Amino acid sequence: MATTEVVLRIRRFDPSSGGPPRWEDVPVSLAPGMTVLDALRWIKEGPSPTLTWRSSCRMGVCGSCGMFINGRPRLACNTQMADLHSTIVSVAPLPDFPIIRDLVPDLARMFDSHAALAPYLIRGDREEQERPTREYRQTPEEMERYLQFSYCIKCGCCLSACPTYATDPAYSGPMPLAQAQRYNADGRDGGFAARAAVLAGSRGPWRCHYAGECSRVCPKGVDPARAIQLLRRDLVLGALGLRRLRRPAPVVEAPRETRRRPDIPEAPTPSVTRV
Amino acid sequence: MRDQRLWTWQIAAGGLVLLLLGAHMTVMHLDALVGAFNPAGGRPIDWANVVARGRTVTFFVGYVLLLGAALVHGLIGLRGILLELGPPADLGRALNGLLLVAGAGLFVLGTWAAWASFLLSRGS
Repeated sequence: MATTEVVLRIRRFDPSSGGPPRWEDVPVSLAPGMTVLDALRWIKEGPSPTLTWRSSCRMGVCGSCGMFINGRPRLACNTQMADLHSTIVSVAPLPDFPIIRDLVPDLARMFDSHAALAPYLIRGDREEQERPTREYRQTPEEMERYLQFSYCIKCGCCLSACPTYATDPAYSGPMPLAQAQRYNADGRDGGFAARAAVLAGSRGPWRCHYAGECSRVCPKGVDPARAIQLLRRDLVLGALGLRRLRRPAPVVEAPRETRRRPDIPEAPTPSVTRV
Repeated sequence: MRDQRLWTWQIAAGGLVLLLLGAHMTVMHLDALVGAFNPAGGRPIDWANVVARGRTVTFFVGYVLLLGAALVHGLIGLRGILLELGPPADLGRALNGLLLVAGAGLFVLGTWAAWASFLLSRGS
């Protein structure tokens, strides 16, 4: 018989109280399709109005609701309560981050590391980037080299599962490193040398033990562990002068002779126009 | 920069250890196939065989290379583990120096032992 009621064991923390974090048990009646996020919302609207967490899109896109659910980093919005097969579901903030309040972790370290690795296209044609007149050339094969890493939603689940990130304050962690690889592998980018200067030090991928937990917990199916190994290979080959040098993809005219396939409906009129 | 350089050295040394350790295991455990390295017959660890191998330049060089590669690989790995414990910067620097001195000392000691063995067997 399916469980109809579960206890949500929630980690509560109020910095203004001065006390340590504590657990609060709240019984929740399961509804069909109920996610952990739905359960939290029900609790906030009822028994515990002060319960605090971070969420936005409710569909696994924004990456805001990363939490430590039943001992594993997950997104609350795409974790079905029924799939946990547990009468007690523990919900805590992502480990290895300071707690701001209740289930809200302070992700500043993650975003600082991310920003330090220049996660954007680095090219000489700034004007073309800001006011594009044409397109950067890229083949489907070139796109495949980084595509899966671009699915990352920066939820922080991989970092909270990483044993090295937990112990080494200098280590950038899986997400920032995977994003560095995402841009290094992008044929439109020319920033390998700039990123390599940062990645060669303690912020780089050198202390990864390849535990692989980052890839296991990623809710989007990204494989940061693979990105880190590719990053190491490219950096070492680059330092040895064995990496094939390439120029960023050139700017080319957009194709003019394209025709829409008849089975694909015409795009609607844009609701927002560029000023 | 140092992290990348050390990691590259560790991987390169690991590759060398794999190669030389494979040769060592072959000599030690596949003596039925490579009996040429055990000219005195009997077991590979018999004194006469050890002396016979130690007097050859190939084995002397192999021992020193294996020693160096194992020390580089192992001590860089040990450094990584110890630094992950998050020591203060001063202690980290002291640790780097200590491991460097320990590695150099062990290398000199091991090389001297291999050299002495090389000379001893030449003289016997």
